[in-house]
Amino acid sequence: MLSKTPVIAGVADAPLKKGMVLEGANVLNIQANAALEALDSAGLTLADVDGLMVTGVWALPGPGQLMSITMAEYLGIHPTFHDCTNIGGSTFEIFVARAAMAIEAGQAETVLILYGSTQRSEQSRNLAGRSPVFNMQYESHTGMPTPVGGYAMAMQRHMHEYGSTPETLAEIAVATRKWAKMNENATKRDDLTIDDVMNSPVISSPLRLRDCCLVTDGGGAIVVTTKERAKDLRKQPIYIKGYGECATHWHIAQMPDMANLDVARIAGERAFKMAGMRHTDIDVTQIYDSFTVTVLLTLEALGFAKAGEGKDLVANQNTAPGGNFPLNTSGGGLSYAHPGMYGIFLLIEAARQLWGECGERQVADVKTALCHGTGGTLSSGATCILSTEEG
Amino acid sequence: MYDKPLPVIDSDSRPYWDACKEGKLLIQYSKIADKYFFYPRPFVPGTGERDVEWVEASGEGTIYSYTVAERAGPAFQGDTPFIVAVIELKEGPRMLSNIRTDKPYDVKIGDKVKVYFDRVSDEVTLPKFDLV
Repeated sequence: MLSKTPVIAGVADAPLKKGMVLEGANVLNIQANAALEALDSAGLTLADVDGLMVTGVWALPGPGQLMSITMAEYLGIHPTFHDCTNIGGSTFEIFVARAAMAIEAGQAETVLILYGSTQRSEQSRNLAGRSPVFNMQYESHTGMPTPVGGYAMAMQRHMHEYGSTPETLAEIAVATRKWAKMNENATKRDDLTIDDVMNSPVISSPLRLRDCCLVTDGGGAIVVTTKERAKDLRKQPIYIKGYGECATHWHIAQMPDMANLDVARIAGERAFKMAGMRHTDIDVTQIYDSFTVTVLLTLEALGFAKAGEGKDLVANQNTAPGGNFPLNTSGGGLSYAHPGMYGIFLLIEAARQLWGECGERQVADVKTALCHGTGGTLSSGATCILSTEEG
Repeated sequence: MYDKPLPVIDSDSRPYWDACKEGKLLIQYSKIADKYFFYPRPFVPGTGERDVEWVEASGEGTIYSYTVAERAGPAFQGDTPFIVAVIELKEGPRMLSNIRTDKPYDVKIGDKVKVYFDRVSDEVTLPKFDLV
């Protein structure tokens, strides 16, 4: 019987210039290029793909409603396993989990996970709220800058309960920028100091401009296949050791506890339990940084620091290159790229760190990586623990 | 002419928005669950009890969290800086609203607030809050 152990076998991200895709490529084109590059890096072709997972915000309400079908047709493939779930930027962490489940169940052998966005080129992003229907009829009339206002209120509450400060957040922004300086594909690579962050304009108090992720284009692809298939392939297989997910709200006033990120706590507990691992087993960590506060809340909720003690974990540039806690080594959504949904890039960077491909920013002896995505307005959380070691 | 996003009223929310027009803030209560909740649904969220009745809230609450919006979407950019806050009503449920104040940076978590009603169109009156 063939092994049905799922492994990550290839990844790719779209090259960017000033945060924009090259030559004005359209959103299907970006994803196809990433797909071909990821498959090629693995030693596979489109003809091997029998599963396709796509999410995004492109083309709604037109073909975007049927994203995997649109992409399958464009790629010229006929997948027998589809998924276009959308729980926000964390969707890609649950895609890896679902790809693993589909492969284990014998429903797919080689699954392609895709994302693309041209939001920067199109200048389609602003701070407007969501359409005021259903639960958003109780939110959008307030003018809350979306989504930053929700994250800002979480930070305000965290400061109130635990005494964290805007300087805590600035440490995260500056450390992340230091990693970006070592990533040639990163959008922001100029110097950034704590003072620069603290002097940047307030967007939605207490969050300032440099607490916020970039608005860029971007695209990415991940190939998940079986350990058996990967034997003949080019990359060392990356095992999917554990995963977990949770969602609590969409309307921000329904968030159960704004200072403590329940979705990440629950997702993380499930992932660690499934992996049979502890925090000290993790060599490198990739945490969704839509905003600096997202990182602070997630580190605490995942248990890397106790509630209220995340400020100590990120102090003194501890998460920067050379620190004790390598975090967001691509430069993150804050400095590398943030094309609307960022979760796929956490996984791409984790895979590259596990393969030892990161050059100047490579962390030494990486065997295990943790990725945690956040979606919506702190609405959903999903964790993946990846390792080059099967046992 | 009010040119900001207005709630799209539906079957769940009609009684709530109708009451706002009359200067009443309605929330819902289940005797079986002994629980007040907001926003409107015909069952208790999470547990499903259907003995839901509308009750008039006191309109009093405290600020659970807030932000001073210095930037906003196109419809609200002219109003900056303004406060968006999660209000915890005296009865327990939380709701999102705005706080009327000339000194947005003096607002604090835990400040007491009281509802007032802002009639923005013939169809819609929005519940907003004053510091008390």
